[in-house]
Amino acid sequence: MNNLLLLLPELIILIVAFAVFILDLVWGQERSNSSVFPALTMLGALGAVIATVFIWAQAGSGALQLRVIATDSGGALSMLAVDQFAMFFKIYAALTVGLVGLVSTDYIRAHTSFRGEFYAMLLMAGLALMLVASSTNLVMIFLAFEFLSITSYLLTGYLRDNDFSVEAALKYFLYGSVASTVMVFGFSLIYGATGSVDLRDIATALASADGTVAGYLVMPAIVLIIVGVGFKIALVPFHQWSPEAYQGAPTPITAFLSVGPKAAGFALMVRILTIAFPGFAHTAAANWVAILMGIAILTMTFGNVVAIWQTDIKRLFAYSSIAHAGYMLIGVVAIAPQYVGGSQTIEGWSQGLNGLLIYLLGYLFTNIGAFAIIIAVENKTGSSSISKYAGLIKRSPFLAVAFFIFLLSLIGIPPTAGFVGKLFVFGAAINQQMFVLAIVGIVNSVISVYYYLNIARQMFFEDVEDSTPITVSGGLNAAVAISLALVFAIAIFAQPFITWTTNSAQILASSF
Amino acid sequence: MQNIPLTWWLSVATALFSLGLYGALSRKNAIAILMGLELMLNAVNINLVAFNRYITPQNVTGQVFAVFVIAIAAAEAAVALAIIIAAYRQRGTVNVDDLDSMKF
Repeated sequence: MNNLLLLLPELIILIVAFAVFILDLVWGQERSNSSVFPALTMLGALGAVIATVFIWAQAGSGALQLRVIATDSGGALSMLAVDQFAMFFKIYAALTVGLVGLVSTDYIRAHTSFRGEFYAMLLMAGLALMLVASSTNLVMIFLAFEFLSITSYLLTGYLRDNDFSVEAALKYFLYGSVASTVMVFGFSLIYGATGSVDLRDIATALASADGTVAGYLVMPAIVLIIVGVGFKIALVPFHQWSPEAYQGAPTPITAFLSVGPKAAGFALMVRILTIAFPGFAHTAAANWVAILMGIAILTMTFGNVVAIWQTDIKRLFAYSSIAHAGYMLIGVVAIAPQYVGGSQTIEGWSQGLNGLLIYLLGYLFTNIGAFAIIIAVENKTGSSSISKYAGLIKRSPFLAVAFFIFLLSLIGIPPTAGFVGKLFVFGAAINQQMFVLAIVGIVNSVISVYYYLNIARQMFFEDVEDSTPITVSGGLNAAVAISLALVFAIAIFAQPFITWTTNSAQILASSF
Repeated sequence: MQNIPLTWWLSVATALFSLGLYGALSRKNAIAILMGLELMLNAVNINLVAFNRYITPQNVTGQVFAVFVIAIAAAEAAVALAIIIAAYRQRGTVNVDDLDSMKF
């Protein structure tokens, strides 16, 4: 019973998802317009957030024993960890699903007559995000990862009468399935090297393994795992799918893809690398810190430079999200102490991870807020071309000003959440003496000013071709308002958020 | 069977994986790419079962993992074929070179 209570957030999402599936089936086509589906989705997401906060509070007061990988091994729940790190991502996943549900309603009504299933699939994708973030066993990681992939493919191709949507889904599938197969090949090598599939047992076995095992099995395995996870996060050079998938997918799903799977990929990457391979952070045989450092530099630079030439806003946001993945990766690289000497404190260790989490949180609200406005403009004009943003200030002052603030947050200008995230990841890199990373990151932020402010120029200074005002439904307005409030709150009342992410980050430190 | 060394099984698996990857990367037909993927997943299964037999014969972790991989491969194939059929209805082709409507 205690174990079931720990899985309450997942159970709530699962039950609501099945309720939506069954209601959609029973009610049939004619009632598929019902607002019960989005309402249920948001209630389910809210319920999951409340359940997670409840479990967190219970654990804090000692009434409930969490399952933390560093202290507990085996037992009934050896597949999943329920620790503060996983709970951070559960809240993150539920917020993603709730906000995407909020921005989807109008878009889905306008574009397809099959509506109920969309919300059920969205909830299932949210459940997959939660499972990916808490898996501690290679079998479970693979299952959760594929669960997330398959629901993402289906959501991307949801508009099956739309050329772009189907093409995007096919490309996403072809790249994605190759990447996850490559990753599971890496898992099989790790199983061979250690005889175990549990992350902590792997670390124990590797600590006493000889150099041959490390060189021939673990090094290729780490590279293969980085390929699979890097695909999900859209790191260069595994990013080719993302511009196509982002452009073709239904716009609310583009918003989901840009925050959900990215966060889950980072959670998975951090968990595998810090729990199973802490000893390889700086060894010559499989130096994952060096590999990730190179990827981070490539990803930031490529994303920002290619974004300059984009004319479609969804495609521009695809490259922008590649660039942001690069900034976030700095947080992962700065996890490991560069000079292994045993003097590293938990605070010093978790600084990069703390930066990653707060960056992800800020990016969630900034990006979903921005996509709410992209959806509003697309609903009105039927196009996602950047030229459609000309004179937006005259058509809807609220949307234009809100979009401008989200763009400032993406650039990283205070007082917005984007600034806090960048401050923390760059700060962690400097503390770890990785000055190159911090400098490349700052130069790239400057490059990104050009293409973000180009949109602002269109909105404020270009002439309007069509000056009819853009009216927005309550759902989109609410999503923009919530995002706007949190983008400011994370920057201005930063302390509670930082305490929260620090608590989540430090739980992994004891295993490192 | 035990007198066949483990490296033989691993060589077969690696060769199969490489063939599958080559197929998945070089083929133009979406169905053929899917077949390449299945080869790669089967290479994973050979690896898992061989390691299970030679490294940890006392438990069945690797075999259980292989069963899950087979199940996931089936689910993936079902979704892939659904998407490929949807693409065929839209375009009348499953050649991935012709699916290029989103050039910037």
